[in-house]
Amino acid sequence: MRLFFLLIFILAAPNAGAGVEVKQFASTEQEQAYTDLISELRCLVCQNQSIAESNAELAQDLRQQVYTMLQQGQSRQAIIDFMTQRYGDFVLYRPPFKTKTLLLWLAPVVFFMAGLVIVWRLSRKRKRDTVSAQDAERIEKARQLLEQGEDL
Amino acid sequence: MFKYSVPLVIFIVLAIFLALGLTLNPREIPSPLIDKPAPTFSLPRLQNPEQSLSPSDLKGQVWLLNVWASWCVSCRAEHPVLNRLAQQKLAVIIGLNYKDESDSAKNWLSHWGNPYDASVVDAEGRAGIDWGVYGVPETFVMDKQGRVRYKHTGPITDDDSVEIFIPLIQKLQQE
Repeated sequence: MRLFFLLIFILAAPNAGAGVEVKQFASTEQEQAYTDLISELRCLVCQNQSIAESNAELAQDLRQQVYTMLQQGQSRQAIIDFMTQRYGDFVLYRPPFKTKTLLLWLAPVVFFMAGLVIVWRLSRKRKRDTVSAQDAERIEKARQLLEQGEDL
Repeated sequence: MFKYSVPLVIFIVLAIFLALGLTLNPREIPSPLIDKPAPTFSLPRLQNPEQSLSPSDLKGQVWLLNVWASWCVSCRAEHPVLNRLAQQKLAVIIGLNYKDESDSAKNWLSHWGNPYDASVVDAEGRAGIDWGVYGVPETFVMDKQGRVRYKHTGPITDDDSVEIFIPLIQKLQQE
């Protein structure tokens, strides 16, 4: 059984290596730029993966495209522009901040603020509901009076 | 009363958002090319590789670019629809044979019929990247000025053809 699982893991291993084609880089910075870029660009075929993770043919082509453009000495921004001109902002895992994406960027802050307000209001209400020691005494007295009333 | 209506309102709002979300198709990614000039290419024709074709050759005409491949299963489903559309001769239909083998592409056309006025060969998929192709089949509609006016991702159905493509082509012909 253990051998069986080992076999499965070994056979599944190549999948984990998607996007690790052997590529030669002029410098470590260029290599870093490459790995950064491909992990920030979304694969459009398998939408929940970056082109670094995906083995789809389109992802391979786009990795190659990023590589070629880096080899030509193009800047990071130039490559991002190239991709968004063709595939739209959707291709970016970090979409730009603009009117269309306002909700996307601000919603977390809004929800957080709303949460704070709710917590604040609840805690205030609880404070109001807690009876003071003096009140408790009065309530106890009232209860006793009521009970005596029943006896009469 | 207020206390009980708040969760109800939150529930209704959430339900509406989720229901809307269900009707959206995550595969449909809006193309940034709409209303922009068609990306250019100069690619050999499938049937006649010595001759090349580029979008500028089609200026002044309404034309469709259909991205297809013989390996693409949904292209098979779309093909009869395209054949019927081509019979109406409303617009020039150009095929972009995407990452395909030319021989199997030619066989495919002779077997299933050829709706294209011409097909061009994009063996490397380079033109495909310029057009933002991410799933075959895709269809673009260009106006007489050579601008992209519409993009359809996925196979065209008869309904799409009648409800979207034909009216759009007729409208663009009159512009």
